[in-house]
Amino acid sequence: MSRLKLPQWFVLLLPAIIILSAVVLIPLLLSLYSSFTPYRLTRPETLYKWIGTFNYEKAITNANFWAAFGRTVLLLTIALNVEMLLGLGLALLVNRVTWGQRGLRTLMMFPMMFSPVLVGFQFKFIFNDNVGLVNNALQSLGFSDVAIPWLVDANLAMFSIIFAEVWTSTSVFAILILAGLFAIPRDPLEAAKVDGCTPWQTFRHITLPYLMPFIYIALAIRSLDVARAYDIVQIMTNGGPARRTELIWTMIGRTGYVDAKMGYANAMGYISIFLAIFFTIYFFKKLNAARTELGMGG
Amino acid sequence: MAQVHLKNVSKSYGALEVVHGINLDIDHNEFVVLVGPSGCGKSTTLRMIAGLESITGGDVLIGENIVNDLPPRDRNISMVFQNYALYPHMTVGENLGFSLKIAGKSQDQIDAAVAEAAAILSLTEYLERKPGALSGGQRQRVAMGRAIVRHPDVFLFDEPLSNLDAKLRAQMRVEIKKLHQKIQTTIVYVTHDQVEAMTLADRIVIMRDGHIEQQGTPLEVFEAPANTFVATFIGSPPMNLLDGIVQQDGTLQLGGGVTLNVPQQYTAKTRPGQKVVLGFRADNLMPCGHSLPMEGESAEIEMTVVLSEPLGTETLLFGALAGQEVQAKMLNPRPVSNGERMMFNLDLTRVHLFDGESQKSLR
Repeated sequence: MSRLKLPQWFVLLLPAIIILSAVVLIPLLLSLYSSFTPYRLTRPETLYKWIGTFNYEKAITNANFWAAFGRTVLLLTIALNVEMLLGLGLALLVNRVTWGQRGLRTLMMFPMMFSPVLVGFQFKFIFNDNVGLVNNALQSLGFSDVAIPWLVDANLAMFSIIFAEVWTSTSVFAILILAGLFAIPRDPLEAAKVDGCTPWQTFRHITLPYLMPFIYIALAIRSLDVARAYDIVQIMTNGGPARRTELIWTMIGRTGYVDAKMGYANAMGYISIFLAIFFTIYFFKKLNAARTELGMGG
Repeated sequence: MAQVHLKNVSKSYGALEVVHGINLDIDHNEFVVLVGPSGCGKSTTLRMIAGLESITGGDVLIGENIVNDLPPRDRNISMVFQNYALYPHMTVGENLGFSLKIAGKSQDQIDAAVAEAAAILSLTEYLERKPGALSGGQRQRVAMGRAIVRHPDVFLFDEPLSNLDAKLRAQMRVEIKKLHQKIQTTIVYVTHDQVEAMTLADRIVIMRDGHIEQQGTPLEVFEAPANTFVATFIGSPPMNLLDGIVQQDGTLQLGGGVTLNVPQQYTAKTRPGQKVVLGFRADNLMPCGHSLPMEGESAEIEMTVVLSEPLGTETLLFGALAGQEVQAKMLNPRPVSNGERMMFNLDLTRVHLFDGESQKSLR
């Protein structure tokens, strides 16, 4: 019996190949394949029926899907900008602190340490229209005598979700921007002072260009994060009321696991991946441009 | 152009005082160099003039005005930093014009001023480049250009050449000197390099531990150092210093049985039994037959050469005298082997005597 002789390099790579195939490649291909079938979790035989791009067409022509898509982009835009501005302000303030800065930096990271699910529960309670902290406070202080439906009204619910998102993640920006502030050499800032800059002009012309790479890194990381937002929304509003806070991934999750239409959910998933990829590429391009600007090389 | 006055200026960080009430008057168009070892307070003093450090005590005046509490932007100064401190995200042209842009000048005025400064410093062909694409010397020129476009009252230089290699440093030294002749402005220049101080300054201010040790023209501080610190700090190689005691018979007893006459110019200023420090430069201790003709008082000393450093036109000889290492200079050099015993002439008219206790000159 002749033994099959495999090349040595292949044998050495085999463990990695097997693990990667099992964990990444096969699920990826399977999910891609299933997006071309009417696969339903409850009817396994549907996996073998090829329906071409039907799921994709269905998703693209589904107004609900685009509404969720648009809402995700809206959440991304507002949350990232607000977090960036607040994080920048926070970092600039903390940078001025000379005593107890370490403790403050640690404190600043606390919101990041909570599970998003718990943050969801926390804000679900805070914004609850009957027993919630916000309404109670507003009513006790006499600002309002009605129960404001924070999580029921479409705009207010979106606001509440963004608020929770900003609360958790502003510190990501603050920490990264603070690292950027630490990295700025002292000399150009002093040169700017001597050149006649007011503190605001120094910030605008010197500090900010130095910070831009750090801001773009934070934006790139956070855009991936927010584009796959699921947990906070799922807990706080479950995409409701009546789909008014539905985001892409809560919609996909519902389609896949509640409605059991896994093939259709996978098709929507592949479309939305492009959203994440688009933002990542966009911010990395910006990052590289900002680094080149500073002479740090592309 | 303006005068700068420091009146009893001091600087403390908490309980630690680093500059102790110094007084300094700098004239119009004067090129003053603050020199001293690191940690002597020279950069702190410069930064106080710039307004980058607050003043703990005393007054800083630029022109007629006390500027103690003015921010740097209101002092009409400009400064060249050790690390160039260029703005990396701006081109050379934008770097040069930045202060004018901040001052709200029109683009035409900015362009004209930038072109003028670039021409003075031969930077015209680099105006579109970013600082990252320039060599060290070019960056330093941009930093100077940024300082001159504004026609400030006072230029401040904070060790501007210490990041350059030796050759470039010599070249830039000449350029700075030329620049000063061209633009005629008061300059305060900080360095730890006594060669830069000697070559550039109208007046040298030597600092140590937050005090001014001596100030004067380069030749004054070289020829007549006020104390042993200045004597060893200014001049290369540093001045030889030997401890000795003045004897009853008017001779000077150095260690190791070496005895010299107390030089004539000091006989009236010393008393028997006084501890003194004898100082002389390598240029005044030369091997017999390899020296300049000496007029006046001199002494012959025998010494063993431990090491020689040929420099071409002259050779530095290291030997031991009275138990201490001294350096001598040999003109028209011939090869010297280590361990060779040679006779030396010490020019007594050019030696210095310092008090052994206070280390101050007995001149």
